[in-house]
Amino acid sequence: MSATSPVARARALDVSALPTIVYGPRAPLWWGVLGLVAIEGTALAMVGVAYLYLRQNFVAWPPEGTPLPRLGAATAELIVLLASVLPMAAVDRFARAERHRLVVLGLTIGIVFGLASMALRALQFAGALGCRWDSHAYGSVVWTLLGMHAAHVITSTIENALLLAVLLIGPVERKDFVDAHINAFYWYVIVGLWVPTYVLVYLAPRWL
Amino acid sequence: MSAPARRRLAPDPAEAAREALDRAALERAWSNPAGFVGWLTSANHKSVAIRMIVTAFGFFALGSALAAVMRLQLARPENHLVGPDLYNQIFTMHGSTMMFLFAVPVMEAFGIYLVPLMIGTRNVAFPRMNNFGYWIYLAGGLMVWTAFVLNIGPDAGWFAYVPLSGPAYSPGKRVDLWAQLITFTEIAALVAAVEIVVTTLKMRCPGMSLNRMPLFVWAMLVTAFMVIFAMPAIMVASTMLAMDRMVDTHFFNPAEGGDALLWQHLFWFFGHPEVYIIFIPATGFVSTLVSTFSRRRIFGYPAMVLALIATGFLGFSLWVHHMFATGLPLLGESFFTAASMMIAIPSGIQVFCWLATLRSGRVVLRAPLLFALGFIALFVLGGLTGIMLAALPLDLQVHDTYFVVAHFHYVLIGGALFPLLGAVLFWLPKLTGRMPSERLGRWSFAVTFIGFNLTFFPMHLLGLGGMPRRVYTYGPGVGLTTGNVVASAGAAVLALGLLLFFANVAWTLRRGAPAGDDPWGAETLEWATTSPPPAYNFAYLPTVDGSAPLWSTRERPVVTGLRTDVREVLITDGIDATPDHRHRLDGASIWPFLTAVAATIGIVTALFTPWGVTIGALLGLITLTGWFWPRGAPEHAIAEEQP
Repeated sequence: MSATSPVARARALDVSALPTIVYGPRAPLWWGVLGLVAIEGTALAMVGVAYLYLRQNFVAWPPEGTPLPRLGAATAELIVLLASVLPMAAVDRFARAERHRLVVLGLTIGIVFGLASMALRALQFAGALGCRWDSHAYGSVVWTLLGMHAAHVITSTIENALLLAVLLIGPVERKDFVDAHINAFYWYVIVGLWVPTYVLVYLAPRWL
Repeated sequence: MSAPARRRLAPDPAEAAREALDRAALERAWSNPAGFVGWLTSANHKSVAIRMIVTAFGFFALGSALAAVMRLQLARPENHLVGPDLYNQIFTMHGSTMMFLFAVPVMEAFGIYLVPLMIGTRNVAFPRMNNFGYWIYLAGGLMVWTAFVLNIGPDAGWFAYVPLSGPAYSPGKRVDLWAQLITFTEIAALVAAVEIVVTTLKMRCPGMSLNRMPLFVWAMLVTAFMVIFAMPAIMVASTMLAMDRMVDTHFFNPAEGGDALLWQHLFWFFGHPEVYIIFIPATGFVSTLVSTFSRRRIFGYPAMVLALIATGFLGFSLWVHHMFATGLPLLGESFFTAASMMIAIPSGIQVFCWLATLRSGRVVLRAPLLFALGFIALFVLGGLTGIMLAALPLDLQVHDTYFVVAHFHYVLIGGALFPLLGAVLFWLPKLTGRMPSERLGRWSFAVTFIGFNLTFFPMHLLGLGGMPRRVYTYGPGVGLTTGNVVASAGAAVLALGLLLFFANVAWTLRRGAPAGDDPWGAETLEWATTSPPPAYNFAYLPTVDGSAPLWSTRERPVVTGLRTDVREVLITDGIDATPDHRHRLDGASIWPFLTAVAATIGIVTALFTPWGVTIGALLGLITLTGWFWPRGAPEHAIAEEQP
């Protein structure tokens, strides 16, 4: 630490012994992602509110002539996403220990789960919803709910892929592990958001 | 008062020499590339913030010019200076410009400039993101103003109510441009908000626990949280509107089960907090001005903080009072009447605390304080008409009349622009190193104050007399002529006052006397460094043990041990601000600018085809890869042991 100033050590608060790499809520980036999550979560909640608001305008929900959304692909996606927490939790843990190979392995598996989730989502758009976005307001709002959440899945999977590329090509820096651990945190939130989205789009029409 | 850090280090010549060395090293580590490239790549919160302030005032001038045209048009009955179509574009552009391109950005820009200095750190938490937000904001403003010049300016009001703004009644591109303006400004506002929250919570200097944070920083923190939870509503709403218009969704189409009132709920769930997003930073200005020029700490600091937080929460529970005329259930409307009246309580607490501070202090009546005092008077008037409008029966009578126009101009000009002008005069010495003219400052205040009241007070009476908003003319002999003539004459006086104000700013830049570090004898840390501050803000980060560090005579240690050869900052604990770790910030980069260009291409293309979203996403992927790709900074390499 030759560049550190030796000025006035007696009357100074010397912070040179503090660490430079930290994880979790201690890291500013974690808070930045929390802000992002708050924004995205609020936006998704707003569409959820619109879903319930629009329900008032219909006698039947889904509207007459539109079948109930089919559960198969969406439930499979729910299972896939819940299971994907395991490899990402491993990424989280191994990143904190700076275990390069294990983080690479965990991220790879996480990306595969992300791709599986996208494929299952595509199936839902292709048929399980039983209507188009321009069929009626019900169609508009369920397509938007699934689409918004899909955008998060895609974004996060691309982030994981980018990070994987950085870890494989290098040069690897210690802060890359902080990024890996924060990617895992972001992924947990995306999985968490799928649960209410799934309930609203697939189960609520059976109750409302 | 001079900078405590430097004063305490100065006596020993050896220490002074070391400080000079450290400053030279910091200068190398923190300076940005010069010239045009530096402009595009800057990662310095101060240069980005100043650019944002100047840009915002540019849009303010444009928005004011539109207001002047409206006052000219209304100066006599059955005037034909502008026709109804152009008038629709003008009032829509006036409102949208003032809200989205001036008020919110300028407040956030002051936050981005001042918060790091006030909390004693070197930069904001995400300096590159900051630069990205600026370019997105500029792109949005340029896009919509270019469209306006080409006669495709938005024309459905700054609130763009459906069904008027829907595909059936607004064909063409005008409303699409409004929707995309929202996309641009939301991104910029949200970026700045996250920036301010994280900077405030993680980067305060040691000792600055939350209960010692300057009130302006509190105000910006509350504002930033409001932005985070209010803006998604309009983001969602404008996206739904764009989709209704572009890809035939039916969110707002009643024929297919959509709902026009859904738009109003979503819009005002954002739109009402928006008022507080503009107003709360202004209260932060006023607290700073009142405290500095009363020569005492603010009266009732805990009450002030709680009032800010209460306003932040209550601001989200009033939106329906904009919808009283829509025939919602009476019980619901009564709830929102009560909530709307309740927000007068925290506002009242703040007003009384300011008065108590002034009464018990030793008041130095300088020009910035005049603007703060003007604010108190005008805001009370605006607040009183606000309470009137919160009452359902009265609201129904004056809904959509000039009474409402008078009310919100008292709240927004009186409540936000006056404190802002005071803040500009107050911090101009810090930003430029030069003192504004006191005499011009006083004259500009007097003329602006008189002009403002001449313009907007008659509008109360015009509204009660039945003059509707957003109508391009009125008939002769219906009792509206006198009020409109007075208002238009007042607008000329108001314009003169504002010209005097900006003449003062221009004079300051050319001729102002050197300001020194702390010309006003203020209490907060931004005055503990040079004017203008160096790129790294402080040679040594300060520590504090009270809420008015520069008024304390106690000696305080400064922070040492941060690296001076790279952009290293100290991260502290969110509540108590105890030192936690050292964190390296990113430096200047072209990628944030390129990412903003990519996003702009995507958003503008989306005006014409939904594929714009895909194009923007793909371009953004490329630029973001460039942004985050590591440069292999050796001091962070994995092989090296942690020092």
